[in-house]
Amino acid sequence: MFVYIIRRILYAIPILIGVNLITFMLFFMVNSPDDMARAQLGAKQVTPELIRSWKEERGYDKPLFINSRSEGIAKVTDTLFVQESLKLFSFDFGFSDANRDIGSDIKERMMPSLAIALPTFMIALITNISLALLLVLFRGSVLDTSMMIVAVMIMSISGLFYIIAGQVLFSKIWHWVPISGFESGWSGVKFIILPVMIGVFAGIGAGVRWYRSIFLEQINQDYVRTARAKGLSELKVLFGHVLRNGMLPILTGVVVVIPTLFMGSLIMESFFGIPGLGSYTIDAINSQDFAIVKAMVFLGSVFYIIGLILTDISYTLFDPRVKLS
Amino acid sequence: MSSILSVKDLSLIIQREKLLKSVSFEIKRGEIFALVGESGSGKSLTSLAIMRLLPDVVSVSSGDIKLKNNSLFALPESQMQKIRGKSIAMIFQEPMSALNPVMTVGDQVAEVIKIHLGLKKDAIKKKVISLFEEVALKDPHERYNWYPHQLSGGQKQRVMIAIALACEPDLLIADEPTTALDVTIQAEILKLLKKIRAQRNLSILFITHDMAVVAQMADRVAVMRYGEILEQADCEAFFNHPQHPYTKSLLKDAMGSKEDRETGGEPDRLLEVEDLKVYFPIKKGFFQRTVGYVKAVDGVSFSIPKGKTLALVGESGSGKSTIGQAILSLVHITDGTVKFENQNLGRLSEAELKPYRRKIQVVFQDPFSALNPRMTIGDIIREGMVSLGVGPKDRASQDEHIKELLLKVDLKAEHAHRYPHEFSGGQRQRIGIARALAVEPELIICDEPTSALDVSVRSQVLKLLKKLQQESRVSYLFITHDLSIVPTIADEVAVMKEGKIVEHGSMLNVMETPQHAYTKKLLESAPKLPNTK
Amino acid sequence: MKLALLWTDILVWILVISLLTWGWVVSRSPQVKKQWHTVFKSSIAMASAIILLFYLFFTLLDSVHLRFSTQPTESTSEKVQYQEDMVSLLDLIFAHNIESTERTYSAPFATHEYAKSIVVDESGVTKQEYLPLKHVSQNDDIMMRSLFAIVTGLMISGFLIVLHILWRSRGNFRDELKNSWQGKTTLPWRTAYLTTIFLVVTFTWFYTLSYYYHVLGTDKVGGDVLYQSLKSIRTGVLIGILTTLIMLPVAVILGVSAGLFGGWVDDAIQYLYTTLSSIPGVLLIAAGVLVMQVMMDNNPGWFETTLERSDLRLLFLIMILGITSWTGLCRLLRAETLKISQIEFVTAAKAFGVSKLTIIRRHIIPNLMHIILISVVLDFSGLVLAEAVLSYVGVGVDPTMYSWGNMINQARLEMAREPMVWWSLFSAFVFMFILVLAANLLSDRVQKVLDPRNKS
Repeated sequence: MFVYIIRRILYAIPILIGVNLITFMLFFMVNSPDDMARAQLGAKQVTPELIRSWKEERGYDKPLFINSRSEGIAKVTDTLFVQESLKLFSFDFGFSDANRDIGSDIKERMMPSLAIALPTFMIALITNISLALLLVLFRGSVLDTSMMIVAVMIMSISGLFYIIAGQVLFSKIWHWVPISGFESGWSGVKFIILPVMIGVFAGIGAGVRWYRSIFLEQINQDYVRTARAKGLSELKVLFGHVLRNGMLPILTGVVVVIPTLFMGSLIMESFFGIPGLGSYTIDAINSQDFAIVKAMVFLGSVFYIIGLILTDISYTLFDPRVKLS
Repeated sequence: MSSILSVKDLSLIIQREKLLKSVSFEIKRGEIFALVGESGSGKSLTSLAIMRLLPDVVSVSSGDIKLKNNSLFALPESQMQKIRGKSIAMIFQEPMSALNPVMTVGDQVAEVIKIHLGLKKDAIKKKVISLFEEVALKDPHERYNWYPHQLSGGQKQRVMIAIALACEPDLLIADEPTTALDVTIQAEILKLLKKIRAQRNLSILFITHDMAVVAQMADRVAVMRYGEILEQADCEAFFNHPQHPYTKSLLKDAMGSKEDRETGGEPDRLLEVEDLKVYFPIKKGFFQRTVGYVKAVDGVSFSIPKGKTLALVGESGSGKSTIGQAILSLVHITDGTVKFENQNLGRLSEAELKPYRRKIQVVFQDPFSALNPRMTIGDIIREGMVSLGVGPKDRASQDEHIKELLLKVDLKAEHAHRYPHEFSGGQRQRIGIARALAVEPELIICDEPTSALDVSVRSQVLKLLKKLQQESRVSYLFITHDLSIVPTIADEVAVMKEGKIVEHGSMLNVMETPQHAYTKKLLESAPKLPNTK
Repeated sequence: MKLALLWTDILVWILVISLLTWGWVVSRSPQVKKQWHTVFKSSIAMASAIILLFYLFFTLLDSVHLRFSTQPTESTSEKVQYQEDMVSLLDLIFAHNIESTERTYSAPFATHEYAKSIVVDESGVTKQEYLPLKHVSQNDDIMMRSLFAIVTGLMISGFLIVLHILWRSRGNFRDELKNSWQGKTTLPWRTAYLTTIFLVVTFTWFYTLSYYYHVLGTDKVGGDVLYQSLKSIRTGVLIGILTTLIMLPVAVILGVSAGLFGGWVDDAIQYLYTTLSSIPGVLLIAAGVLVMQVMMDNNPGWFETTLERSDLRLLFLIMILGITSWTGLCRLLRAETLKISQIEFVTAAKAFGVSKLTIIRRHIIPNLMHIILISVVLDFSGLVLAEAVLSYVGVGVDPTMYSWGNMINQARLEMAREPMVWWSLFSAFVFMFILVLAANLLSDRVQKVLDPRNKS
């Protein structure tokens, strides 16, 4: 098990290098350090000396991939790509264009993101699975068919609509909750309720359909027939057998998402003024702050890879057939 | 003797189509009642109707089922749940999928005891252990915490039987309980069922397609076809004096036929396999190093003369199918040679191999996966002709040739324009044979070509294969697990176990006077029809 | 006047041609034809398809761009001069709406502006009042016009339906008409006709009244919302289908080779898609779009007009979306290819010495078609919805381009206004909802029919 995890982490390194290569190519090949210097220093008197000193300050004066002036291994290591990648691997994200420490910004903004994303995820998981089980219990009935039509409707409406409609109804017309804002601690709950509810509702259509199809696939398996032949009631068959086996495909889709919850939701956070990583990203995109976008891309893929490893580990917990060696 | 179960005038329909037509029978206490029929005869539906576990689309149009004089159809669902697993228990065909993969086998047995008998935790565990002992599962204490995937097929079926016996049922429904098992395991399970019947005076409804199993197990027999019971009789009377023509033909097909074979002739060796080894590496550890090999085929030698048939017999995992693939150059040969007409095939490149691809062809086991569902029958047969450049070149005469081939395998010329899904299993197998014949091969590797087919269809396909051999002197490598068809088709027999040939000889010698212990065990395990007539 | 096709126009027409060719190929294979026949036996699928065709029709209308020659002021000029602006067929149809821009917001069918303005009347008194709209006739008989529009709509749709029945009946018109009317045809043509009537009548009604009113109101700078919504159809549909079209060959080629060849090919392809899919989608798109913006800023010579600029940006966006979205399908296809290549009919083909390419073409691709098709229709609705979100984040289509995302984004800023300016949002959401719902319903049906697991 331990060896397996180590191996998975080692496998992750080439993937992260690949991610770095992609972001590096996107940002440095197209938008060269010279361009960046010009954009940063302003179009006014930009002299070659100024650009050079700006580049030296940030270590951008090195060649991209191969340093022909260096000797031996340093030919490859003493380059912009390797230097930049090493910084990212040590989670040193550097400074944003506004000269703020990106690392500490991220630390600060992770909690608000989680405050929205985690409850949304948990509540959505529970409601979707329970609704799906209910529909599977009454499969083929009027309830089932009509709920499936409703689910397609819910799926077909843009998420932006739910947010706008929710804000208008609950905040502007009924004044139940504040329209946006954030506070940490229990007093912040009033800010969280609406985005969480909207997040859950917007995903309910696709979620219920997915879980329902997973359970329906299980219900036609032979072992379910055995369970019925044992004299189990339909409820016991569902909860004792179908749910447990259905957990396996559900795990693949769900566990991988958990670490990425830290990244927050772009849309939710910006609509509701949550000072999390999602709104941080949006602001960075709108102000074209490449350093932040790069940091977020790296962080996002790290979380995704952690999610993949967690998925594998959770399989060993739930599926006795899988042994990690 | 009192009747445990009585089925009266049971009819089932799906939409408007009748699936069962007024089926009636009775099962007495302590009796094994066999329901025999080919696929689609309605025997499994009958058993599901007794359990009231029919699929939603199927409904009961008339009739009644009584368990000890209580009508099952009159019970509310909650009462029926108390009968299932307690008064009527059931075991299924596929032990691989019939157990919940994520629950320990002990818990799966305990579950049924808990809901029906309401015992305390310790008492339940004790009972599960004693049940495991009764079904002869080794190390019952340890096995309790095992998961189904850790058990072999036979052991899983024993667990299923333990579940069924847990609440001392009046009736056990066994739906093809041994069809998915190897013949030696089948013999053990059948013996176990008989022993339990004797100890507990249990009634068993035994559903099967295999006449030989019926002969071994049943007290009384009913034959079903197209949802009807054609004939019902005591076992002895049934095999000695079958009444219905369908029953007679079924028994005849099941018996197979031994035909005198010409011996001698020219020893013109078509295929020679010498010391063939096929190993698959096992990779493990940090760097996925190869730590060992699965020896699928481990030093096998045999030869097949022109126009003769070698039957390669063995249980699952014995490596017999891998030999077929090695001859077709579809797996990497670790060591040894495969010589065809004195040419070592292992040394040839794909291009050099092409002329031999024409001479060696293959017919597969599963008629459903052997044909590409998106191609017409004509195109399927044409593929090999075009690829290997056999037969006419222009399309029109190819079409003509395809028609001839279809007629040759007893299909119709107009079938060329249809798609595989429109055909039955037996017809598809004929298409597979026609596809192989299209390139005029000299050796056909038949990889279990009849094991997915019903008895009557099986004998037709075997007859066809023999007819073709007589016409064109093609040789067969006939891979099978089923000893009963060996006398019909084979000239020589090789018995395989764990990658090695343990016995090799002429058909008569191996079948009548086996030398090796394993061959003897195989022959003994195979259920036999009584020698009648 | 000359034809001036944009890049995306060309792609759309390539797509239409390939769709028609595909339809022709399908009609020759009885098996596939039967499958599609089964798909459209459901009246929901039929109605959805008609709606999608209607949207496609507007996309195509909006994908033929023309350039008019400038009025020859002097007859001496030998070369014909063309105007800067490109105009699509849809623009020509709605020319009256483009010209009749108001000053600012007005509600649907309103005769006056939405907010009071400060005016100084002749006597010099300053007061607040609702100003009348410039291009709306103040006293108009809306009922008569509606009646006229509905009758016209009925006539147009009736004409279309009669044409279709004539084509279908091949001589026996009366029987065919009766069967269609009673719903006795094998395909639910009655539903199709009713949907057509509904769509055509609604559109003619809107169109007729658009000469006298702003049917769906006007936006902040007085632009007509109906016109904007219709223009947005092209953007949405293009993103929905062209993206899949671009990523499809990549996903199919890589997925099939990974599954069939195994070894290092498989490893390399798996590495590629794991790496790409480990980057959060929105961020990858955002990064791509940011880079693209920089590139376009550095190369102003790539485009002549703002329209070409926004078109190029749309094309880049579609490509970026394509690059980020092929991984899922590729993974599916790899797994399925792996499964199929183990099946015995492939072994049989190998035993015939059939080449790998032929095995792929004849045995593997046909058996993957259902997965490819299902994913194309499934992705469509997701992409249409994604456009709105991306435009909101600021990495969507060009802000000058008409799109539902941009409409929502602009209107969102007015949410704080009392009372709310709701019609822009409403129109964008409704137009998007109808398209996505139709696509979802159709994809459900396609999935049900084509997925072999759903066969009992």
